[in-house]
Amino acid sequence: MRYIVAKNSRDAVALLGAGDGAQPIAGGTDVLVQMKLSGVAPSVLVDLKKIPGIRDIVLEDGGIRIGACVSGAEMGENDALKNMWPGVVEAVELIGSTQVQGRATMVGNLCNGSPAADSVPALLAAEAIARIEGQDGQRDIPVFGLLEGPGRTKLGKGDLITSVLLPKAAKNSADAYLRFIPRTEMDIAVASAGVNLQLDEAGVVAAAKVALGAVAPTAVLVEDAAAALIGTRLDEAAVKQCAEACEKACNPIDDKRGTIEFRTKVAGVMATRAAKIAFQRAGGLL
Amino acid sequence: MSKQDFKILGTRPIRPDGLDKVTGKAMFGADKSVTGMLHARILRSPHAHAEIVSIDTSKAKALPGVKAVITGADFDELKNRWTGYTSQNCMAQDRALYDGHAVAAVAAISKSIAAAALKLIEVEYNLLPHVTDVDEAMKPGAPVLHVGVKARKLGDEVSGNTVGYYSFGHGDLETGFAEADEVIERSFKTAATHQGYIEPHACLADLGSDGRGELWCSTQGHYNVRLICAEILDIEESQLRVTASEIGGGFGGKTTVFIEPVALMLSRKSGKPVKAVMTRDEVFRASGPTMSSSMDIKIGMSKDGRITAAQAKLRYQGGAFPYQMVMMGAMSAFAAYDLDHVQSEGWDVMTNRPKMISYRAPGAPMAVYAVEAVVDELCQKLELDPIDTRLKNAAREGTKSSYGPTFKAIGLVEALEAAKAHPHYSAPLAENTGRGVSCGFWFNFGGQVSVSMAINADGTVNLIEGNPDIGGSRASISMMAAEALGIPLDRIRTIVGDTASVGFSDVTDGSRVTFAVGIATINAANAAIKEMCKRAAMIWEIDEDAVEWVDGAAQPTGHNAGEFPPMSLAEIAAVSGKTGGPIAGHHEGAPDKAGVSFGVHLVDVEVDPETGFTAVKRYTAFQDVGKAIHPAYVEGQIQGGAVQGIGWALNEEYIYGEDGRLQNPGFLDYRIPVASDLPMIDPVIIEVPNPGHPFGVRGCGETAIVPPLAAVSNGVSRAIGKRMFELPMSPPKILKAIG
Repeated sequence: MRYIVAKNSRDAVALLGAGDGAQPIAGGTDVLVQMKLSGVAPSVLVDLKKIPGIRDIVLEDGGIRIGACVSGAEMGENDALKNMWPGVVEAVELIGSTQVQGRATMVGNLCNGSPAADSVPALLAAEAIARIEGQDGQRDIPVFGLLEGPGRTKLGKGDLITSVLLPKAAKNSADAYLRFIPRTEMDIAVASAGVNLQLDEAGVVAAAKVALGAVAPTAVLVEDAAAALIGTRLDEAAVKQCAEACEKACNPIDDKRGTIEFRTKVAGVMATRAAKIAFQRAGGLL
Repeated sequence: MSKQDFKILGTRPIRPDGLDKVTGKAMFGADKSVTGMLHARILRSPHAHAEIVSIDTSKAKALPGVKAVITGADFDELKNRWTGYTSQNCMAQDRALYDGHAVAAVAAISKSIAAAALKLIEVEYNLLPHVTDVDEAMKPGAPVLHVGVKARKLGDEVSGNTVGYYSFGHGDLETGFAEADEVIERSFKTAATHQGYIEPHACLADLGSDGRGELWCSTQGHYNVRLICAEILDIEESQLRVTASEIGGGFGGKTTVFIEPVALMLSRKSGKPVKAVMTRDEVFRASGPTMSSSMDIKIGMSKDGRITAAQAKLRYQGGAFPYQMVMMGAMSAFAAYDLDHVQSEGWDVMTNRPKMISYRAPGAPMAVYAVEAVVDELCQKLELDPIDTRLKNAAREGTKSSYGPTFKAIGLVEALEAAKAHPHYSAPLAENTGRGVSCGFWFNFGGQVSVSMAINADGTVNLIEGNPDIGGSRASISMMAAEALGIPLDRIRTIVGDTASVGFSDVTDGSRVTFAVGIATINAANAAIKEMCKRAAMIWEIDEDAVEWVDGAAQPTGHNAGEFPPMSLAEIAAVSGKTGGPIAGHHEGAPDKAGVSFGVHLVDVEVDPETGFTAVKRYTAFQDVGKAIHPAYVEGQIQGGAVQGIGWALNEEYIYGEDGRLQNPGFLDYRIPVASDLPMIDPVIIEVPNPGHPFGVRGCGETAIVPPLAAVSNGVSRAIGKRMFELPMSPPKILKAIG
């Protein structure tokens, strides 16, 4: 195996596009574990951490751009980011332990392609946009457009996500993320939900995004669940309708971590609870 | 036995192994390396049950850097049936009996070469039908793992996998159930769980061509390792010196061997030292978890809460070889109660899973869980207080136990009364919260022991014991030695000797060490005291019988009293070279009066009605430990047992697929509780002295894992208003029960 530190993103793209089996590495909290478990090393390991700007969090057009190698711990210490997108930050901070947080990155979590990735439902609800450096130059694609299936994304050979833009949050809006795990930390979501709500001046939901994780081959945006919340102050009927819409959107697997029945029910519970948190963060009164 | 006044026992000195452990200086199993050593890797069966048609190791042997490859063919058939099973568990013979069963092993100059060599070994398997569930395995027609080992008393109603049958009890069940106002009969299931020690099995083996061997390993009993390995490798015990490393947890799981005979065989074949370290995946798949169970319990109760009759049928699954452990469950099931009509039966069953080994109070937690769950349901149904009801039926001194013996002084009533009086029991309960109560019991053991004590010329003392320290025994042994000798604790250093340094000692298990090694230590100290009194008598030129030992010094007694100033241990030791040479004491024996121990646990659990998630909100554990030598260690034992029991109750389980493969061989999906899952476990020490020990000591390490299963289950059942009958109570199961 060769280990190469990429000097810039063009270098990295060239290395990743050149041969078979090249693997980018940021924090390495997925890559190194996979190498250890499989006993197979990639032909080239391309370290992205030294690419200029890739570890930066910067304000951009009222939104916030997060570099691909920014760790969860760094996101958790950025007040501007926490104030604007608390749900995205709390999702990223749920990944792994304190030690893992020092290295694990949000973009790595996205690229790993797990249907249970904590950051992804929050990114969908936030309508985040990934910046991709590829063989043919730079392009911006909504995170939603990158999801494909368990362990896979729509990134092409040599494509590299260099950053993710969280757009400017609307006035009176907030997001929240919740996941269900059988213990209190150090675990993988059995069902999860990211919710982003915008309220009008009267404190009624004007716009909503509801995304679910771990209940389908990829994280999913549930438009019916969002629609159930719009025009309400999250009254009992709205919450019930939202939960039912979430349950309908579920297409989970039955495995050691949870049954289909359980995941489906709990996805709705997570979504409605996250909605209530987002609603209150946005200034709404329950 | 009246309570004694102690100077050192009952205090909380800093632990003697603390500095080495927090600075990383302590040497654990995988920490030892020597020049020129090889690295071992073991090839394991991916199949639950398969005939091994052939193994071709030629390509692996040809790989540069590979120094030895072994298979079952390298291991001889053994005369001793039980050691034979252990050997076959370490390396399969003609059949792979479970997912993870070792089929070949390699020693190479690096870990990566060893790993590459494993991939070059070609094994041809012929798949056989498998069975992993205890009830399925007992059915006539089930695939039988070993022919000819069925328990003699059993007929055709059960399969040949049923290798043990036991029955205990007295009275007449029919009479007892006729006296009951309420009879409840329930069936329960519990999953297999793992001890979850953080340190994987590891060893460094060196077996030279001269027939002499050295083995360093993480174990609870290095004499037992020596016994088994010497037999498997066909060498004399004296020629194999085994040294126990510091140990990163055992809980019963390190009371046998898994990789040690393999490493020794590889060393013999390669002529080099060989280091073997299990991965976590291997620990789960191929060490010794505890039994899973299927149980039927029937209990009758009068309206006022008197248990009139009690019956238990316990079926345990213990993996791929014959074993004997359900007996412990059948004996423990009703031990907490004074019953006129009681019967417990148990069946040991083989399946295509790793062979079970001890796990903290082996066999008791599941049996007591099922019994205590039915007792709680009866209390609910008859609207009786759970603690008052248990007090009404509690075993006490003079009770003929359900398994035969009559109890001497025991502390169950004291523990129940302490629980009832504790503020926890009367604290108000929040919404969606239930309070669970359970009793628990463990026998505790004595066993063979050797201790050697040397009095140094500077007045300090060296003590060698033969039991690996898994729970603080170096501290407790030093404290008992200091108390017996009457000298300050800091004058004593206790070490765990290797198998060539001190006489035979049984495995560190059965909560036996502080009891048995403690007795040997007191006797060794008394032997040294006798010699010191003799030396003082010699110096004073008085009769040996006219000297007594008081507060760490010899002093004249009788008509010589006051004639000479007392001579301290240090003063006698300082001149020992001129009064007959070094002074020492030793003791070898097999003390057998280990007092049984009872515990009572109280837990408040909050269940999320929408997700089935259980949060443990408050936990208080009461336990009779006889005498707490070092209360902080005792509290740690009680807390640790409670936490392991909580894990067993809520999330821990071996999950097998239809293919008979283990689905969750790692800590991600085998969920032991993490710190944030738990409240501080509040331990309450009860001291009813054991009349069988000079200081009143009872074992304290195991009892605490017995009550949590039912305590948590009873709490959850009360919180959700539905009875739970299966462990673990993972959130999907609870949510389903809520409906």
